[in-house]
Amino acid sequence: MIVELGHFALALAFAVALVQSVVPVVGAVRNEARLAAIGRPAALAQLLLVATSFAALTQAYLVSDFSVLNVVENSHSSKPLIFKIAGVWGNHEGSMLLWVLILALFGALVALFGRNLPDKTRALVIGVQGWIGAAFLGFILWTSNPFARLSPAPFEGNDLNPVLQDIGLAIHPPLLYLGYVGCSIAFSFAVAALIEGRIDAAWARFVRPWTLAAWVFLTLGIAMGSYWAYYELGWGGWWFWDPVENASLMPWLAATALIHSAVVMEKREALKIWTVLLAILAFSLSLLGTFLVRSGVLTSVHAFASDPTRGVVILVILCVFIGGSLALFAARAGTLSAGGIFAPISREGALVLNNLFLSAACATVFVGTLYPLALEALTGEKISVGAPFFDLTFGPLMVPLLIAVPFGPLLAWKRGDLYAALERLYVALGAAIAVVVVGLALTGTGRVLALLGLGLGTWLIVGALSETAARIKLFRAPVQDSLARLKGLPRAALGTTIAHLGIGLTVLGIVASTAFEEEAIAAVKPGETVAIGAYQLTLDGYLPRSGANFTETAARFSVRRGGTVVAVMEPAKRVYTVRAMPTTEAAIETFGLTQLYVSLGDAATDGTITARIHVKPLVTLIWLGALVMAAGGVASLSDRRLRVGAPKPARPRALAAAE
Amino acid sequence: MRALSGRLLALLFAGLVALPAFAVEPDEKLADPAAEARARTLSEELRCLVCQNQSIDESDAALARDLRILLRERIAAGDSDEAVRDFLVDRYGEFILLKPRLSAHTVLLWATPIGALLLGAAIAFGVMRRRGAPAATAPLSEAERAALARLEAADAPAEPPTRAR
Repeated sequence: MIVELGHFALALAFAVALVQSVVPVVGAVRNEARLAAIGRPAALAQLLLVATSFAALTQAYLVSDFSVLNVVENSHSSKPLIFKIAGVWGNHEGSMLLWVLILALFGALVALFGRNLPDKTRALVIGVQGWIGAAFLGFILWTSNPFARLSPAPFEGNDLNPVLQDIGLAIHPPLLYLGYVGCSIAFSFAVAALIEGRIDAAWARFVRPWTLAAWVFLTLGIAMGSYWAYYELGWGGWWFWDPVENASLMPWLAATALIHSAVVMEKREALKIWTVLLAILAFSLSLLGTFLVRSGVLTSVHAFASDPTRGVVILVILCVFIGGSLALFAARAGTLSAGGIFAPISREGALVLNNLFLSAACATVFVGTLYPLALEALTGEKISVGAPFFDLTFGPLMVPLLIAVPFGPLLAWKRGDLYAALERLYVALGAAIAVVVVGLALTGTGRVLALLGLGLGTWLIVGALSETAARIKLFRAPVQDSLARLKGLPRAALGTTIAHLGIGLTVLGIVASTAFEEEAIAAVKPGETVAIGAYQLTLDGYLPRSGANFTETAARFSVRRGGTVVAVMEPAKRVYTVRAMPTTEAAIETFGLTQLYVSLGDAATDGTITARIHVKPLVTLIWLGALVMAAGGVASLSDRRLRVGAPKPARPRALAAAE
Repeated sequence: MRALSGRLLALLFAGLVALPAFAVEPDEKLADPAAEARARTLSEELRCLVCQNQSIDESDAALARDLRILLRERIAAGDSDEAVRDFLVDRYGEFILLKPRLSAHTVLLWATPIGALLLGAAIAFGVMRRRGAPAATAPLSEAERAALARLEAADAPAEPPTRAR
């Protein structure tokens, strides 16, 4: 019964979405306030209905209702509670439902907190959200119904893919979806602005917090997924340029460009047309990501959506939304007035440079990801575009951008002074050069590129801090004075510093863990020792263990450093009993920022096992840097001027002028 | 099984079977460290043909193991890196190369990064030129200067300004 209620609520949500798609838009276009006002209750009703539907599916998982096909295929009564919950979105149908739930949530947030928006804009934004909602609710109802019943009901389910039975599944997809779907708000604002034919600095102020929030979630989602793969898959890699990963990287690159160009638009009313285009592109790339993952187009070998109609339907949704919004853009962009002018060397110029490189990088990832598909479709020729291609192209595009990062915040609007900016970066430059020189002295000339990479990371970190230090006159004014200035700094400026610092940390982590990694692959017997770097690992023996739905054999290693035991690591080979599926559980030990990573390979009958051991210097900085970046986003979001639902325009304008 | 966020998501929707264990086993390694290092570098650029976007260095599929051994045999026989690649492409097609070779069919792919950058720069430059740089500000007139002095006198800062400039 509850399952049927969930299905009914979903159908009702579709009906409400149709109302939300049409009535507020008609009201806005015809200037009929009463029609436009329907948007708000419709958005709230949609959230309520989709949430009801989601709760019904969750309940079916919690009580292991095996009369529901989706539960049978992805759950088991012995599965731990957390994975019963996370399992709701650990499959195609459930994850689409989560996608729509988050979309409805964002729509309702605009309805609730968009009171400072002009009524017409709000009605249009909610209407456009309704279009997206209706499209995807229809998709779920007609091609991916999670509530389909199964009769007769089996006694047990097939369990969830063991690789997914991890806390990562509980966190990663919701975060990533919050990011993907959060981009829909900027998209809806862009479409609303194009329909209205009016766009100004206030538009950028409305859009920026939503985009920033989406960007924070995307950053966290991607970082979380990266760390999940790193520890779960037993291989020790953290980024593979897999098409499905690229699908999440492209919206991130576009959103990063968008939060930067929106600043220019907000402060200087420049780059309007470009910012609107970016807002459309960021969400289009999110939709593309959804299409790539859902349709099975990427893999002929493992098609994830067994039913080809799904892929076709998503492709149609994709074409309608991207094609439609771009056509609207082409028709109306000319009517948007151009904004303030600026010299090439200026804050605006730096942000244009940022957008230029991010867009080129995004285009590279886009073409690299889709090229094999297009080439095969056009010529029948099969090629592969993998990590070596992206390393060779994406990397060089990032380097000049990263070198430029510390300059940006130090340049004045309109017309900046590059030399004056560089003067403030002497310390950063000195620190970067010192790192390279010390590195050369310690490791010789064989790793110049890696050392330059470390220098770049240092440049970014110290450069970001230099900007704040200059602003608060650190060491040039009394300490209390500097502290007072620090308190007085706009949060958005602090956010910039923190986020740029985060990139520096990530760069350090990437370079150090890649270039200075040590690896040992050895067949060991109990009692034998493998030496790697400063560590000696002794295999003490094997421990058979069992969990709620698996059994495993762990190999216990004592890790010694300088003769004393510093850690005991227990990598394991695990078998999930229901699917009889083996997995490798890596053991990871963190020493400071460096990690020791041990995973197991083939075991022989004589007690020998293959151990693969990595020492990954500073590897944790990769994800810590991402966390710091996200923290920068949150700090910026807490800026009064940008806060979602901040007071009427008069107030923000006064504050903006004071800055 | 190597993969990441996206891969996991893919798995998530696919319900694919993930294989444990991992790539290179000790018994595959070449005795000569320099040759082994070459083999590792090369194997990172070669696709495991039955896997999803995975190199033979990372894959634990039986085919990947065979390819790793084959590759090491060629190296031990004295082949150059290029000769090994040619040998494998002859057998398995261009599909095996994760870094496609420059050809008429891949020139667009390889031109994208620099092409996108140049195109974007040209557009940005063109727009900026058309709009012109900000005109030099005319000096203040006598009346404006007096007005400014009045404002400054009336608006003595109570707290230090926090602007970057």
